[in-house]
Amino acid sequence: MSFFQPAVSVGNVGQLAIDLIISTLNMRKIGYFYTDCLVPIVGNNPYATEEDNSTELSTNAEVYSLPSKKLVALQLRSIFIKYKSKSFCEKLLSWVQSSGCAKVIVLSSTHSYQRNDLQLRSTPFRYLLTPSVQKNVQSKIQSLNWQEMEKSPCIPQMDDSEFCVRVPGGGITKTLYDESCSKEIQMVVLLKFVSEGDNIPDALGLVEYLNEWLQIIKPCSVNPATSALPWKIPSSWRLLFGSGLPPALF
Amino acid sequence: MAATFFGEVVKAPCRAGTEEEEEEEEAGRRETPEDREVRRQLARKREVRLLRRQTKTSLEVSLLEKYPCSKFIIAIGNNAVAFLSSFVMNSGVWEEVGCAKLWNEWCRTVDTTHLSPSESFCVFYHLKSNPLVFVCQCSCYVAEDQQYQWLEKVFGSCPRRNMQVTILTCRHVTDYKTSESTGSLPSPFLKALKTQNFKDTACCSLLEQPNIIHDLPAAVLSYCQVWKIPAILYLCYTEVMTLDLITVEAFKPILSSRSLKGLAKNIPQGTEILKKLMTTNEIQSNIYT
Repeated sequence: MSFFQPAVSVGNVGQLAIDLIISTLNMRKIGYFYTDCLVPIVGNNPYATEEDNSTELSTNAEVYSLPSKKLVALQLRSIFIKYKSKSFCEKLLSWVQSSGCAKVIVLSSTHSYQRNDLQLRSTPFRYLLTPSVQKNVQSKIQSLNWQEMEKSPCIPQMDDSEFCVRVPGGGITKTLYDESCSKEIQMVVLLKFVSEGDNIPDALGLVEYLNEWLQIIKPCSVNPATSALPWKIPSSWRLLFGSGLPPALF
Repeated sequence: MAATFFGEVVKAPCRAGTEEEEEEEEAGRRETPEDREVRRQLARKREVRLLRRQTKTSLEVSLLEKYPCSKFIIAIGNNAVAFLSSFVMNSGVWEEVGCAKLWNEWCRTVDTTHLSPSESFCVFYHLKSNPLVFVCQCSCYVAEDQQYQWLEKVFGSCPRRNMQVTILTCRHVTDYKTSESTGSLPSPFLKALKTQNFKDTACCSLLEQPNIIHDLPAAVLSYCQVWKIPAILYLCYTEVMTLDLITVEAFKPILSSRSLKGLAKNIPQGTEILKKLMTTNEIQSNIYT
């Protein structure tokens, strides 16, 4: 079973991507991750398609599944309470280990302004694999000619600093990655260099990047010229930039 | 980072809240025993305590573990508190069973026995003639790191499914997302959110996506949803967040709901009490006097 989750990161791209996956695959809610680590929020069903299913309450951390494709997804809808992010990572990974997930896929993003010259000229997508990821997954990813996330100076201001994996703006991405390395959890991190703004195109880009590997959805059209994948935008993505404007303004 | 019109590069705030996490990580690596002690003391200062004001003793267990409850009405914010005081608590005898004492940057609750509407407090009462009916008047801000503690101290670790929870609160109308301009909305207006196990009908329309609730009302409703407790939140969107007659009266449709039925006996008297409350609370803001 594959377990997907976002990191709460720059542009909320990971979370938007998970929204697209849950919405497109019509995944069913199977439970909650009830925790004191995230700011509480509630609202009605963010994936509502009609009146009947619009009134189901949603909380800040919910788990969805699609048994036919052996997929489970955790969606996080709010930010971490101060000093609680590390505790959350520990609890989450402990649950992941006990629930027997084969691999964890983290969707995330990182600040585009921190790219070096080479990164500026290359694809904005990157991946990271923990050492325990199975050989067949590693070979598949290598065959896609993807770019692994480069190591950068641990302390950017120091000239002779050691190099390590850094994910600025990635929230808990690095903590999850480091903990998974030490706990021998199979984790694949997919991320994109982004800036804050309208991050819907970034989320669409990230799920298409994921789909290159996992093929979770197939193109609906036979004609390759019009083979845009049918990602379903959730109804809760309305009014992302606020309410309507007063006509008197014009 | 972003460049301003004048060419200076500034750090743009990240809505995912990741700068704070990176600072925490940095701070965690450099933390000394003294830093840890300071953090522990701050955590102790911010602890939520439930106590009996008369005796100043803490409750040994959570409130709802100590007292059985079938109906729990929670008013959060001064307008919701004024509504319950005027229309529900004006009839019958309500006995105080506890109060929550907490401190944060926005408020410090007082535990003096005579509270004025302008003070911050969080007090729990039950109806003497039917002790299974509880009311909470919460006019203080419960910070995000205190909300989970508040829930533990009030609801405890063994959720009861045979009770019904009703939460009343207000939000500013500019928080409400709609395709029309919020200036054209007939505020104040009521919206509701209910948990899966709440089977009655709401007294108003449900809150549409993409609107969400946060703070203590969200914490309580999340708890009830996860632990399958029937609960409903009535949210009044208003232009006036201070104590306001029109905003308080906007909650009136709830008086006919099953949650409050039988509790509000004398509505005209309630209106009189509310008017008196407004007069008492009027602040003389004329700088010339």
